[in-house]
Amino acid sequence: MADARSLTDLFGILGPRRGSETAAVADTSVAQVTEVSYPTKALQKFLGCLQGADNPLILDLGPVVGSNVTFFGEHLGCRIRVEDVAADIDRHVKEGKLELLPEYFAGRFTQAPGSVDGILCWDILDYLDRPAAQALATAISRLLKADGCLLGLFSTAETNEQVYTKYVVVDEATLRYRTYPALRQRQRSLLNGDIIKLFKDLRVSDSFLMKSRLREMLFRKPSPRV
Amino acid sequence: MNIGKSVIIKGELSGSEDLMIEGHVEGRIDLKDNVLTIGPNGKIKAEVFAKAVVVLGEVTGNVTASEKVDIRDNGSVDGDIASPRVAIAEGAHFRGAVDMQRAGAKAQAKPAAPAAPGQAAQPQTQKVGA
Repeated sequence: MADARSLTDLFGILGPRRGSETAAVADTSVAQVTEVSYPTKALQKFLGCLQGADNPLILDLGPVVGSNVTFFGEHLGCRIRVEDVAADIDRHVKEGKLELLPEYFAGRFTQAPGSVDGILCWDILDYLDRPAAQALATAISRLLKADGCLLGLFSTAETNEQVYTKYVVVDEATLRYRTYPALRQRQRSLLNGDIIKLFKDLRVSDSFLMKSRLREMLFRKPSPRV
Repeated sequence: MNIGKSVIIKGELSGSEDLMIEGHVEGRIDLKDNVLTIGPNGKIKAEVFAKAVVVLGEVTGNVTASEKVDIRDNGSVDGDIASPRVAIAEGAHFRGAVDMQRAGAKAQAKPAAPAAPGQAAQPQTQKVGA
């Protein structure tokens, strides 16, 4: 007989929650703005990874989402720094300097190496070409503490939509995807092997292929061998 | 207590009653047991210490509150926040880090030590409602 947990898992595989599909947003003049809730599995793992840490430091690479700051703060009693990488990409697009992104990412973060407990990478790597994605992945991997974890989302579908997505945490098992206009569209979808190569200093802890057509992956930084 | 739009204060502002700022303040604001509201016209360049801080205007500097920091729609904070509860509305601007655990300890911290000899003179202290 299926228990409650396995039923929840089944719903996760089935896709978006019916009650909240395509909710209206206040500003309907922006055609590209949509809002849909989907189940998440990796977020619970991410929270579990940080639960034991004392006043952990989280780096959020997405735009500022006030309710997320509150959610993570209340659940983990953590420090959160939001570094909006999508804004960095848009700025480079505007200035016509996309080719400088790898160099920019190499010096982008001011945190000390090994000082960050958790990184919310969301789907930002989907918007970068290979050299820039590699530079960003290398830079943020370096920031992680041993046993620290990184949550990444990767699209498995090609799309022409020029939007970023704010991932708004509804609860441990649900994310609301809220799109907003971007100056760059998603680049070619990364294959599983490509993603693993990007984070060669980390190991894949969990990987879920969701009906939202996103691959949710949780990476952990291995402890150095004694 | 209200600090109006045309008021500019440079220095340290401390007091023992709730305060609403619509003007400009540069320096340090210390209202440890009270609520500080930065109104839509308020512009603050200061280290802020209060029981609760509500931001509808602009703050540049670190904000420490022993209870809550609330950045409302169109409010802006450029600096680090330390408080056990933080609310950032949609449409608010925030750039910095949030620490939701150590806030209590920081809020009870003593005011900064006086400047070392040879440094510029300390700004004048303004008492509000004292």
